[in-house]
Amino acid sequence: MEIQTPSLPSDRVALPNQGIWRRLPTLGMAIGVVGLLLTGLLGKGHPADALHSYLVAFLFFLSLGLGGLFFVVIQFLVRAGWSVTIRRLAEHVMATLPLFALLFIPIALGIHEIYHWTHADAVAHDPILQHKAPYLDAGLFHLRAIVYFVIWSAIGLYYWRTSRRQDEIGEASITRRLQNLSPLAIILYGLSQTLAAFDWLMSLDPHWFSTIFGVYFFAGSVVGILAVLILLALSLQRAGALHELVTWEHYHDLGKLLFGFTVFWAYIAFSQFMLIWYANIPEETEFFAARWNTGWKSTSIALALGHFVLPFFVLLLRDVKRQRLGLMVVSIWLLAMHYLDLYWLVMPNLHHDGPALALADVTSLIGVGGLFLAVLTRLMAKGALVPMKDPRLAESLLFENA
Amino acid sequence: MSKQPWGILAEFHTPEQLWKACERVRDAGFTHWDAHTPFPIHGLERAMGLKRSWVSMVVLVLGLGGAAAGMGLQWWASTQAYPLVVSGKPLFSWPAFVPIMFECGVMGGAAGAFLGFLGLSKLPQHHHPLFNSKRFERFSDDRFFLSIESTDPEFDPEGTAWLLRSQGADHVEVVEA
Repeated sequence: MEIQTPSLPSDRVALPNQGIWRRLPTLGMAIGVVGLLLTGLLGKGHPADALHSYLVAFLFFLSLGLGGLFFVVIQFLVRAGWSVTIRRLAEHVMATLPLFALLFIPIALGIHEIYHWTHADAVAHDPILQHKAPYLDAGLFHLRAIVYFVIWSAIGLYYWRTSRRQDEIGEASITRRLQNLSPLAIILYGLSQTLAAFDWLMSLDPHWFSTIFGVYFFAGSVVGILAVLILLALSLQRAGALHELVTWEHYHDLGKLLFGFTVFWAYIAFSQFMLIWYANIPEETEFFAARWNTGWKSTSIALALGHFVLPFFVLLLRDVKRQRLGLMVVSIWLLAMHYLDLYWLVMPNLHHDGPALALADVTSLIGVGGLFLAVLTRLMAKGALVPMKDPRLAESLLFENA
Repeated sequence: MSKQPWGILAEFHTPEQLWKACERVRDAGFTHWDAHTPFPIHGLERAMGLKRSWVSMVVLVLGLGGAAAGMGLQWWASTQAYPLVVSGKPLFSWPAFVPIMFECGVMGGAAGAFLGFLGLSKLPQHHHPLFNSKRFERFSDDRFFLSIESTDPEFDPEGTAWLLRSQGADHVEVVEA
């Protein structure tokens, strides 16, 4: 069935010609390659240091892609109408996921520098690691990584392509097909991202385990994607695109979701902490001991205040969610906090005494970020920024907060 | 001398007419008035020039108050009233108290939303002068009403009735107190 949707002027749905948008595909690529080369050079003497920095940057941008995948699939799963005009932006972020398969190569090659459990001599003297050896195995680690990237790339590219195909042929059946596939996609996503968080983050400290850890990583990644969607839409509108397509009603809802997931992150972080604190079993408490009885204590406090307490009260205010400057500041702040969160998860395994900022932190962030932005804007330049033939487009345009 | 009436009630056939009438009444500077519709009309609060509700503020205060009370109760119980060492932890082991603090905060917030809404809406009331009007019954069926109270500084029996008629009201009546 062909569907009738409001017709949108092409200048409002295309990537803006002014500003940096059209230059980012090449500019981002150049900056990214330079950043990665510099990180590689810095890693010549101390590969472990540079690889840990790189892991943080890699996980930061990967989590945005995964957050985008969650956002898109959940919209189809619940048949959301309000979010249609911002969904395509998340689809583009999600479609960057195959890039991370490529960016995973340094980690796959440097596995020995990052993950203690890959050292056969260490495992030989460690009953706990021997016990975990069937899972923490280098070969299986690589195999699982391949499976994760296949799942994420398949879901990401399929949804991206199919949604864009609807722009051309305007078939309502496409929406139905993506809806029907969404339960399967969300289950595959949930399982794979949980195991990926176990493999790449939790196994940094192979003695420690926390079954809620996958949810913790998920909560942070959704905070990240919501902040990114707000910033993308605000900056695209400043450059003249999406005029009257993304309204303050949409921003208000994104702000509410950002508030909700900030609280959810804190809820999960506290749930993880409280149970471990209460039981007080050494093999569990070591994670928090390493971040509290050391120079990491102030970072832990900063994370609790900056990732939860402060944004909680700021995002409570209705005006902040309906105002350009307020939303921008909160979104940038929470992205920074999301980075700090991953830094706080990874780095105490390298620098046991306290935070030690390194140049590689910056170069790897620029490197991965440059490539991420290059691919993202390259995808955005192809076709419309809004699903123009989505059956719920009219509903989204008229959306109002009750 | 006859008793001062409660106010004036105007009946409209469509939400559009009511919407325009609300804007007109708002712009004329009336303050003691209300609109009555069978279903919520998005944005009517803007046409009526309503200010933001205080309910959210009540929720915030009672929510934070509930959380503080929940934590305070546990502090008092476990350090003052009945100090008991549990699993070798300090008497005031705040992480263990957070879930109950959170629940008390939620309860305070929910109570604030419920009671705040009732209080600010001046509910419950056993009677309202508008029920003196037989036609008003259709506000919950298929008609759209606008009522202006005689206590409004701008109120004037004839002028106000004329204003409402000029906005397309089918029927304008005086409601007795």
